[in-house]
Amino acid sequence: MIFRKTLLATVIGATAMGAALLPATASAENTLRMAYDADPVSLDIHEQLSGGILQLSHMTFDPLVRWTQDLEFEPRLATSWEQVDDTTMRMTLREGVTFHSGNPFTADDVVFTVERLKQSPDFKAIFEPIASVTAIDDTTVEFTTSKPYPLLLNLSTYIFPLDSQFYSGTDEDGDPKDEIVKNGNSYASRHLSGTGPFEVTNRQQGVRTDFERYDDYWDTESPGNVDKVVLTPIGENATRVAALLSGDVNFIAPVPPNDLDRIRDDEDVKLVTMSGTRIITFQMDQNRVEAFKDPRVRQAFAYAINQEGIADRLMKGFATPAAQLSPAGYAGHNDELTPRYDVEKAKELMAEAGYEGGFSITMMAPNNRYVNDAKIAQAVAAMLARINVTVDLKTLPKAQYWGEFDDRAADMMMIGWHADTEDSANFYQYLTECPDPETGAGQYNAGNYCNPEIDALVAEANVEVDLEKRAEMLQAVEKALYDDAAFIPLHWQDLAWASAQNVDIEPIVNVMNFPYIGDLVIEE
Amino acid sequence: MIAFLIKRLFHAFLVMFVISVISFAIQDNLGDPIQQMVGQSVPESERAELREELGLNDPFFVQYLRFAKNAAHFDFGYSYIFNEPTTQVIMRHLPATLELVAATTLLIVLLSVPIGVYSAIKPRAWLSRAFMGVSIIGISIPVFLTAIVLIQLFAIGVEFTPFPTDTAWGAWLNGLLSTDGGMPAYGRGNPVHVFGTWYTNFSSLEGLTYLVLPAISLASIMLPLFIRLIRAEMLEVLQSEYVKFARAKGISLRRIYFVHALKNTMLPVITVGGVQIGTLVAYTILTETVFQWPGMGLMFLDAIERSDIPLIVTYLMIVGLIFVITNTLVDLIYGLVNPTVKLTGKPA
Repeated sequence: MIFRKTLLATVIGATAMGAALLPATASAENTLRMAYDADPVSLDIHEQLSGGILQLSHMTFDPLVRWTQDLEFEPRLATSWEQVDDTTMRMTLREGVTFHSGNPFTADDVVFTVERLKQSPDFKAIFEPIASVTAIDDTTVEFTTSKPYPLLLNLSTYIFPLDSQFYSGTDEDGDPKDEIVKNGNSYASRHLSGTGPFEVTNRQQGVRTDFERYDDYWDTESPGNVDKVVLTPIGENATRVAALLSGDVNFIAPVPPNDLDRIRDDEDVKLVTMSGTRIITFQMDQNRVEAFKDPRVRQAFAYAINQEGIADRLMKGFATPAAQLSPAGYAGHNDELTPRYDVEKAKELMAEAGYEGGFSITMMAPNNRYVNDAKIAQAVAAMLARINVTVDLKTLPKAQYWGEFDDRAADMMMIGWHADTEDSANFYQYLTECPDPETGAGQYNAGNYCNPEIDALVAEANVEVDLEKRAEMLQAVEKALYDDAAFIPLHWQDLAWASAQNVDIEPIVNVMNFPYIGDLVIEE
Repeated sequence: MIAFLIKRLFHAFLVMFVISVISFAIQDNLGDPIQQMVGQSVPESERAELREELGLNDPFFVQYLRFAKNAAHFDFGYSYIFNEPTTQVIMRHLPATLELVAATTLLIVLLSVPIGVYSAIKPRAWLSRAFMGVSIIGISIPVFLTAIVLIQLFAIGVEFTPFPTDTAWGAWLNGLLSTDGGMPAYGRGNPVHVFGTWYTNFSSLEGLTYLVLPAISLASIMLPLFIRLIRAEMLEVLQSEYVKFARAKGISLRRIYFVHALKNTMLPVITVGGVQIGTLVAYTILTETVFQWPGMGLMFLDAIERSDIPLIVTYLMIVGLIFVITNTLVDLIYGLVNPTVKLTGKPA
């Protein structure tokens, strides 16, 4: 009886609630309901250098300059820039820009931001070349680098000016508001004031984040007409796709490769794919396996791997086969280098090096980090069997894998890399330079490959301000690495986004995978 | 009674102690939390500094003692990913899980008792056979598959057109086979705030629609189990002497079935049920992941993926506590239903 009464009360309550809720949902506003595989870990955009944080940065802040789809620079908060001399660049800032808090945007905010970036554990390494920033007047800043540095504009895509007044002072606990805390509660990790198209109105970490368009957004020429954004993290691939197909959300990323056809076939949704910039490679550890010191053995391995086969069959075309680190569009991308699959040639090289009978190696790869990572490793192991190399393969979840990677625990290890600076030199710095714990060079060079000549060429390119000359040098580096078979490149992972038909995502997505939601148009 | 409760309290502490030691002991295999906290280009020196700061370099027992000392003050540490006390994180995720478990339990009770009793009374009826057949299928299909099929059928919708669509009967038959979809496929929608960290889905029809698919898929494993259990127990009870005697006395069948027989049927069901509620909490990990239900299960999986050790340890301890509490409650209820059972004398 009691139960029946409660049920009745619930139904009555429900009807009343339902009626109260209706007006809120039936408004004429354009709402983007998007689902990513994860949500940003913090509201402090200097806490972590990760895809999620950069996606958040582009929604709530504006960079000084940003990348276009063709990897050109587009002025945002900086309207123009000039190289004063080899180590100095002067930037003119946009006028009439305000932060969400109402504070005006000035050159001081840029100085504040760069100084904070240089404190951030995640960003300080890439901001190391900048020696100082000074505000010349309200709308002019001057960057000085310790030595000639050709990538200042690349770095500027990471400078999202913070509201210096908003982040100054102390919070209720007496901690400075601009403190960067990795593990713990900081003011900046819970509060946000940027110049960007959206303000954060509500955030439940891991559940949903709500954004609303900033009324006084400076970019009135932007075609973007999204008033509200609801970002829901949906980690499960099948559910994310289901949420799009059922109309619960109208924009998802990433699209799992297994569901590409399903989305292509559905009339209500559309798919946008792009060749990505994340290179997937295998490294051959010379400290663990004597044979890897012989370039002929490394070349034999490179000849034995069928990149096109992997991209075609395993990745179902959702990857671009690679023979080098730099993807097309990067300065170092060398068109001459193509995959060199040739088993006969590989066998010859093995015989020449005295390993006709082959040898045994261990191999490790993650199983939930890159698209089809474990399957790719299995395929590579099978391909190596054809040149009599026996592979003992172990695949691990990413949380465990990186510990093993740091220990260099197997003879061949898989790593995928995306250059934070969108520049080829970043690949060499982390993946192919002679490992040196002091400078941090070759931090992820699990092959322990070391060629001082190539490193010298990279160092030279890093101070070359003539971009054309620099590109030639970087392309020479790629060629040298290719000839030496320093590592085995597999492919660049493709990117995919999907949306409802009326959400025009094509113009706003890019290879860096931070969609410019501010410019997104939802057709009525 | 008091002695029994004190004993159980002691059990709870013991369980939580053992769980905390075990989860602390395996933390090295859970991956490196630092790796999850920093970007790829952060140099080793920075990482080492952070590791030292978090006390991850200390030997096992030093770390455990520090943890135990704080835990005695109900401070279970800071979550690495949520940047707040783990208990606070769990309190925020607990209501969603409890609501899901409550909805599932309700579904199971409302369906399993009548179906179980019916198929025991009329074991040969075709409907009973149908129930038994379906329940076998229900038991053998894994939760996540049930969940994905439910999403496809009722959230996305399917269109079958095996019959000619241009005829009236064909269109009608096609319509019968197809589903419209439209049910929400993920999350909780906009639950209504009750108090503290408790937001509820039970207060509106719209909220309830979010519960339907997750609750059905979570129930899909337990429901057949209970139907079969109730049926088997009921069949046995119906064979017993006192039921035969009651029949001979001329008591109405309805009264025999639903008052005398059912009461005795429920004894083992309550025991199993209590344990299974604990298991339900564990099963929510799968269901919550598929439906992106923002409860403890989803949170736990996230914590594992990002090596959030303090959160993992706290979660495991709290789940252990839930098991002890439900078992204690079951024993208490058992005593009420069957007064011949003496709590204090019974080995737990």
